[in-house]
Amino acid sequence: MAELITYREAVAMALAQEMERDDTVYLIGEDVAAAGGVFKTTPGLLERFGERRVRDTPISEEAIVGAVMGAAMNGLRPVAEIMFSDFLATCWDLIANQIAKTRYMTDGQVALPLVIRTANGGGVRFGAQHSQSLENWAMSVPGLKVVAPSTPRDVIALMAASVRDPDPVIFFEHKGLFASRGEVPDGELVGRLGEASVVRSGSDATILALAAMVPKALQAADELSARGIEATVVDLRCLVPLDTRTILSAVAETGRVFTVEENPRLCGWGAEVVSIIVEEAFYDLDSPVVRITTDHIPLPASDILEDATIPSVTRIVDTVTRSLD
Amino acid sequence: MNVAAVAGPDLDTRLRIYRMMLEARRFEERSYQLFLEGLVKGTTHLGIGQEAVAAGFSAAMRADDLTFCTYRGHNHTLLRGAPPGRLMSELLGRSEGVCGGKGGSMHLTWAPTGAMGSYAIVGAHLPIAAGSAWAAVERGTGQVAVCFFGDGATNIGAFHEALNLAVVWDLPVVFVCENNLYMEYTPIGSVTAVERPAADRAAAYGLEGLLVDGNDPDVMYETASDAIALAREGGGPSLIEAITYRHGGHSRADPGTYRPDEEVRQWLARDPIPMYRTRLAGAGASEEQLGGIEQSVEAWIEAAVEEAKAAPEPSLDSIATEVWADGGSRWRN
Repeated sequence: MAELITYREAVAMALAQEMERDDTVYLIGEDVAAAGGVFKTTPGLLERFGERRVRDTPISEEAIVGAVMGAAMNGLRPVAEIMFSDFLATCWDLIANQIAKTRYMTDGQVALPLVIRTANGGGVRFGAQHSQSLENWAMSVPGLKVVAPSTPRDVIALMAASVRDPDPVIFFEHKGLFASRGEVPDGELVGRLGEASVVRSGSDATILALAAMVPKALQAADELSARGIEATVVDLRCLVPLDTRTILSAVAETGRVFTVEENPRLCGWGAEVVSIIVEEAFYDLDSPVVRITTDHIPLPASDILEDATIPSVTRIVDTVTRSLD
Repeated sequence: MNVAAVAGPDLDTRLRIYRMMLEARRFEERSYQLFLEGLVKGTTHLGIGQEAVAAGFSAAMRADDLTFCTYRGHNHTLLRGAPPGRLMSELLGRSEGVCGGKGGSMHLTWAPTGAMGSYAIVGAHLPIAAGSAWAAVERGTGQVAVCFFGDGATNIGAFHEALNLAVVWDLPVVFVCENNLYMEYTPIGSVTAVERPAADRAAAYGLEGLLVDGNDPDVMYETASDAIALAREGGGPSLIEAITYRHGGHSRADPGTYRPDEEVRQWLARDPIPMYRTRLAGAGASEEQLGGIEQSVEAWIEAAVEEAKAAPEPSLDSIATEVWADGGSRWRN
């Protein structure tokens, strides 16, 4: 029987599922144990798995990420929480220079089965240093897999896939989605990395979205439907590996493509996706591809300002409608 | 140097250490020659003069202990058991190199014997070593991680984060600062708030400040044995500052002329290899034993160099391999 849970609860359920299955799975991070996480994504794990496997760390992001790297080299499958994705900047050497490159630089001698989970994204009025959408940072570094789920079900399925994956995964949990609810089936749930999901089908346009932009794209598609425009919505779910097959197939069926990206404009994931579409499916296109992104600015804290720059349902509807006129 | 005399290990161990130091020295000398011949590309950071640290520690470590070192890491990787011909092949960028030519001089790894990498971003490997020690505790393997770094690393954040975590978590990791007095081209004393960059920081982490003669292999062996035993018995981390000196400059491009002539002369007179030879001769090693080791090492290095020179260039097919665990590099379907 399916159960209705929050995205936040799904994080703890996913970690519990994997920690129960595999006793080499450990969780460390700031406030993850006794406090259950500052976003309350890890409550109950300390009580269930004990203080050795669920462990609080000092505010030392380099130590946290370095520790999971070293532990992954030596037989654990550790999960680190970096509280806000913005803090990835403080340990980016460990992630981009060390973790991402180790397998290649050692010609396969050293495997790093680890997950770095982090709360990502805006819409919660935290300002420029606690609201960024930073999937693109990770996407740009060879050697990192990049996951950003939009539903509780995908949180569980893709976290399980990430923990079981033999390569390092950066797992972006969206702050704006923590309170959202969705159904999850009973029993173990394991997804696959690199599979996008067609969450709505329509023949007039394709909207490609990620994480918190997925529910907005879906709502926009409903409003567009009321105006007689039927849109396909694709939830990318993973940026690396990237499911270009599903993307190109949707492009071929609709001929019109829009990306909805929470990141600032330059070098967003949509830029890469659009370049692939243009190189490989140019003659399937009926109109220019349009990227709907946050402005190329640091995010403002004020709700009025933040809402005006992150892509909104209205902006998606207006952009698609205008483009199809 | 403020060090009590040590009894030292038995003669067999000392002869082994002597051989290790000679191997390291010849390996570095030939690396440099091959660089001048244009066969070693890029850059090299030689450990000539610092062999006693690597040899003393390597001799004291258990086979499954883990070593983490820096871009000045030829000595450590070699003495932890990397095959010399394949190590030299790596410097030449050949397919038989320990990393298939993808690592190079600054990124040597030989995981089969616990040489878990040379880290060329200063300080990054201290938390990584701590993490490997954490896994050793959780898995109950009894392994100890030993992390070598330069004096310059003591002023970077990762040093402090790793030490704090290692102490708080009581991890079996030995941090070894090879203080060769220069942070690249700059005297370490001129950019550091305390006189002893590692030992004076130990108190901040509740550790004893251990300052030892890094040019004395017996001292290094005894220091290593004590710290490793402490870690293995659950006594937590140690921080050791070994004072040593590199005979050459920071890297291949640096003639090291910023160092006073008199200082260089004094340290060359304290070259650990001839000093140790004299000590071993006085402790009962025969000329035949010592000379035998020396001859054997000459043959050993020639074989390694010949192996490397004969090794094939990497196939272009290897460029995009081993990004992922499936052996490939695909990022899309």
